[in-house]
Amino acid sequence: MKPTKDLPELDGICKKIRRHIIEMTGAAKSGHPGGSLSAVEILVTLYYDVMRHDPSNPRWPDRDRFILSKGHAAPVLYAVMAECGYAPVGELTTLRKLGSPFQGHPDKRFFPALEASTGSLGQGLSLALGMGAAACLDGASWRTYVVLGDGECQEGQIWEAAMYGAFHHADNVCAIVDYNRIQLDGFVKDIMELEPFADKWRSFGWHTVEVNGHDIAALQRAFADAASTTGAPSVIVAHTIKGKGVSFMENNPKFHGTAPTPQEVELALKELQ
Amino acid sequence: MPTQTRFELKPGMATREAFGRALVELGRENKDVVAVDADLSKSTFTHFFAKEFPERFFSCGIAEANMVGLAAGLASAGKIPFAASFASFVINKGFEQLRVVVAYPNVNVKIVGTHCGISIGEDGPSQMAVEDIGLACSLPGFTVISPADEVSMKALVRAAAAHVGPVYIRAGRPKAPVIYAADQPIEMGKSIELVDGKDLTIIATGLLVAESIRAREQLEAEGISARVIDMHTIKPLDRTAIARAAAETGAMVVAEEHLMDSGLGVRVAQVVAETQPCPMEFVGIRNTYAESATPEQLLDKYGLVARDVVAAAHRVLKRKK
Repeated sequence: MKPTKDLPELDGICKKIRRHIIEMTGAAKSGHPGGSLSAVEILVTLYYDVMRHDPSNPRWPDRDRFILSKGHAAPVLYAVMAECGYAPVGELTTLRKLGSPFQGHPDKRFFPALEASTGSLGQGLSLALGMGAAACLDGASWRTYVVLGDGECQEGQIWEAAMYGAFHHADNVCAIVDYNRIQLDGFVKDIMELEPFADKWRSFGWHTVEVNGHDIAALQRAFADAASTTGAPSVIVAHTIKGKGVSFMENNPKFHGTAPTPQEVELALKELQ
Repeated sequence: MPTQTRFELKPGMATREAFGRALVELGRENKDVVAVDADLSKSTFTHFFAKEFPERFFSCGIAEANMVGLAAGLASAGKIPFAASFASFVINKGFEQLRVVVAYPNVNVKIVGTHCGISIGEDGPSQMAVEDIGLACSLPGFTVISPADEVSMKALVRAAAAHVGPVYIRAGRPKAPVIYAADQPIEMGKSIELVDGKDLTIIATGLLVAESIRAREQLEAEGISARVIDMHTIKPLDRTAIARAAAETGAMVVAEEHLMDSGLGVRVAQVVAETQPCPMEFVGIRNTYAESATPEQLLDKYGLVARDVVAAAHRVLKRKK
């Protein structure tokens, strides 16, 4: 992979990742396309521009760490990592099949380049803070990024970790919330409202930035802002659209955890030309 | 190998304090050893470590789920975290985290649960861990340790740090009699035969090891010869020693300060059933939660003293062909 800050180039990569997500979940006949599509710009910006990492040396001690705490969005992580060179792109359609590195939720045992096995919601922020603490002890400069779901923030452990992060001044940790406002059972506001969401993070002592999570330039600025913040951890509340990029999937709770049919795959890929 | 025929059980420190002291020694030898605690450092004795290595001590407040996750993150980045709390809190409240971010990815985290069993006394059942052995043993890849005295605790804390993989260490609140000489070799996964015997075998762990030694002396006075084994490592079990004891003595009693439904007893019974079936009897807590009282009163009332081990020995010998 070649890191880039170029917006048209990053846009093109995002489109390619969206096509992979559709093809992967379509081939698997199960999975979570909606919350994968909403996080595409976040992950592409991180992996292609922001994070220091080397796909040819996945255990490089000074690499930045990435945790997908909302593990059900595994397809977007696998697609981005494969495009970066961590795994063969041709194998992406083995998603969820026996022996595949691309397990239903991220599983380090099958894909050792992952930093964490996730899938049970609420746990990634604690892991990120532990990694950040280790970096701090070692006097190392690598940073830890963790992507949370909005529904995931209904878990109590998130707020245990939020208290911890601010109290311990974990400024080498950056959380990004994929705020797509939909969870499995429907709209977040109808299941368990999170608002005032950014204010909650602020009141917990986090440096809080709100952005349009599909605006790559805005994400780049937010990550730079987070990296230059000292004394407090940062959270980027990224306002996104679930199912982003495919008209019939956008804002449709059905596609939280339902794979597209072959006909839907065809339609979606046409839109993603 | 019989080491002694009679034991002098000398007064000793609580196994939780032995843990705290051993952790400081480890901290001096290895800068990657760190401690994580949830507002119980004065009770778990990690405050010794906190005082000497404040930068390597991570206070989580009363938040066990985050504590276990934090420990997993530290371990993923090369540290050797000891995360300590009351066993009832770290194992029960942290169980989901132990499963998903420690056991499943096989992360090098050491969990220390103090105040195990009912011998914590007056604080009562909400603080008593009586399911922790069962829960910890149910996690694939976990090593589960339950030392009987300060000497074995210190040796096994050291062994746990050297072992790569998740470990659960069970520690008690009350002072525990000293069983071992300071130079006793103690190896994780290898039980210790304290006394040989030919009529039956008593396998015990934790506080019940000392009670079983006392029981053995009473049995000896009746002309009954009992082998006593300290099963300090509950997972992986020392299958060889269990099978040999079953074959050589033909009757077995298992004694522990834990619910009978999921503790050492059922695990030993599985090995006996698979290797050398023989009559077995069990000493443990029977399908109930305890109450507030002194530790001595509780151990007596809930059937966890030498008298109960002797009674179980009598029962099993009646069934022995």
